[in-house]
Amino acid sequence: MQKYSVFSLVKNALSNHENWDLAWKDPTPKKEYDVVIIGGGGHGLATAYYLAKEHNITNVAIIEKGWIGGGNVGRNTTIIRSNYMHDDNALFSEFGMDLWRRMSQDLNYNVMFSPRGIINLAHSDAQMNTYARRGNSMRLNGIDAVLLNREEVREIIPMADFSDNVRFPIFGGLMQPSAGTARHDAVAWGYARQADDMGVDIIQNCEVIGFDVSAGKINGVRTSRGDIKAKKIGLCVAGSTNILAEKLNMTLPIETHLLQACVSEPVKPVLDKVVTFGAGHFYISQSDKGEMVMGGDLDGYNSYAQRGNLPTLQHVLTEGIAMMPFLSKLKMLRTWGGIMDMSMDGSPIIDKTHIEGLYLNCGWCYGGFKATPASGWTFAHTIAQDRVHELNAGYSLNRFNTGHLLDEKGLGTKTWIS
Amino acid sequence: MLYIKCPHCGMRSQNEFSYGGDATIKRPELGKEISDQDWDNFVYNRKSLRGKHWELWQHISGCRQWIKVERDTATHEIFNTLKANEEISL
Ligand SMILES: Cc1cc2nc3c(=O)[nH]c(=O)nc-3n(C[C@H](O)[C@H](O)[C@H](O)COP(=O)(O)OP(=O)(O)OC[C@H]3O[C@@H](n4cnc5c(N)ncnc54)[C@H](O)[C@@H]3O)c2cc1C
Ligand SMILES: [Zn+2]
Repeated sequence: MQKYSVFSLVKNALSNHENWDLAWKDPTPKKEYDVVIIGGGGHGLATAYYLAKEHNITNVAIIEKGWIGGGNVGRNTTIIRSNYMHDDNALFSEFGMDLWRRMSQDLNYNVMFSPRGIINLAHSDAQMNTYARRGNSMRLNGIDAVLLNREEVREIIPMADFSDNVRFPIFGGLMQPSAGTARHDAVAWGYARQADDMGVDIIQNCEVIGFDVSAGKINGVRTSRGDIKAKKIGLCVAGSTNILAEKLNMTLPIETHLLQACVSEPVKPVLDKVVTFGAGHFYISQSDKGEMVMGGDLDGYNSYAQRGNLPTLQHVLTEGIAMMPFLSKLKMLRTWGGIMDMSMDGSPIIDKTHIEGLYLNCGWCYGGFKATPASGWTFAHTIAQDRVHELNAGYSLNRFNTGHLLDEKGLGTKTWIS
Repeated sequence: MLYIKCPHCGMRSQNEFSYGGDATIKRPELGKEISDQDWDNFVYNRKSLRGKHWELWQHISGCRQWIKVERDTATHEIFNTLKANEEISL
């Protein structure tokens, strides 16, 4: 594989950039693989990469119904953080933060990881108390957390509304300085390019339409391009999880809902942090191109539509303007939506199933982009070794049965309430 | 914007309603012996169909009644609405 570097850039510039290698091939599916990963989003691609890199399993296919990176990995607002209170979430996410810090070097691909820090705003004394508690929990797990008072927040984000007569005054905030953003497409492409180089077949425009299961064991998948045999199959289809589960006669603690995001026209640098509103659900950061990247609530009812409805967008942006009034002057450039696998306790599932050789990776809710490397790493381990790693032991499917829920937000089973 | 025909009030905009999830889920009968799996299915497990989906909505800024709505989860087309105590014929 051609290494990407300043030298290869100069060299290829001299030939008008016409001689770059393809970043990954377009193979025809083989009849059989050791492992088939369904879904060419961030998690599927990362899983294949770590199967090859950490476990030397390279007879692997990724089967993607559209094009890789066309799902949520290419639709999210790229917030990367590990500001969780519960141990299982905190340790898993912080393991991921380490992988993020090394990712551009590991993949020889600039994923533009930008650890600019995230601030969760607080709008009451009670909220400051819960943030102090969460911050302490984070620090006990070795994660950086800083509790900011009103003046400290004002110093960092003076453009927020600090006037006296606002409905939700800013009392302070919880900051994780090492959190940040990354370029989502580059993450998908970087994993794809390396996985392909190690022998993984990336098969696009190929939809899984059924499974071959006999005597409690998986034997392969049926696809729009023919049957493919495999000893092990990993499901990484995010918002399409329920559709494939139905074909396996499984009913999961997951609902599919739509989340929208939007960007404004590009403006000069104004915001160098990720900021979330504490009195509702709104978050914002500024992209390298200058666009304000914004998102918030789900549309609020089960949806597979991959496009949003305006009432939610209006509601979310009303919160944004309450937090940062200057946003009202910006023009909207684009809005879009992605269908998300909302789990019943807000935490993901990375586990084996009752079907031998079938592995499940789903339930990512709002936060699966940041989990991409840790999810791929632990899922590859679970598939290769046929047992969960201690990092994903808490993300079991049967926790709903045993009562060991990981309800970080204490919201219960109404997945559409955020 | 969805328009939902409340069986009590008539056609109203989505803004007047709040959502209540899958309307086909039945609470296990009181006093009967049930398995953990039955509880699991009631509390957590959902089909989350792509296509026609019977779901609960509450006309929260109107008559405040719970109603049942049959909606396509991919196109958002609404086919049918019922009062809460009317049975769904599947
Ligand atoms: C608007 C929005 C904002 C978000 N913001 C953030 C954020 O700021 N931070 C964060 O951490 N997370 C965020 N998320 C969540 C995050 O994007 C997802 O949790 C994560 O991308 C899901 O994993 P994935 O990348 O593998 O999914 P996807 O990219 O959706 O991959 C799944 C793939 O499976 C394919 N597939 C489905 N069915 C089949 C089939 N039958 N056969 C073959 N292939 C199939 C799909 O085509 C798709 O490419 C956001 C999501 C959305 C929609
Ligand atoms: Zn009504």
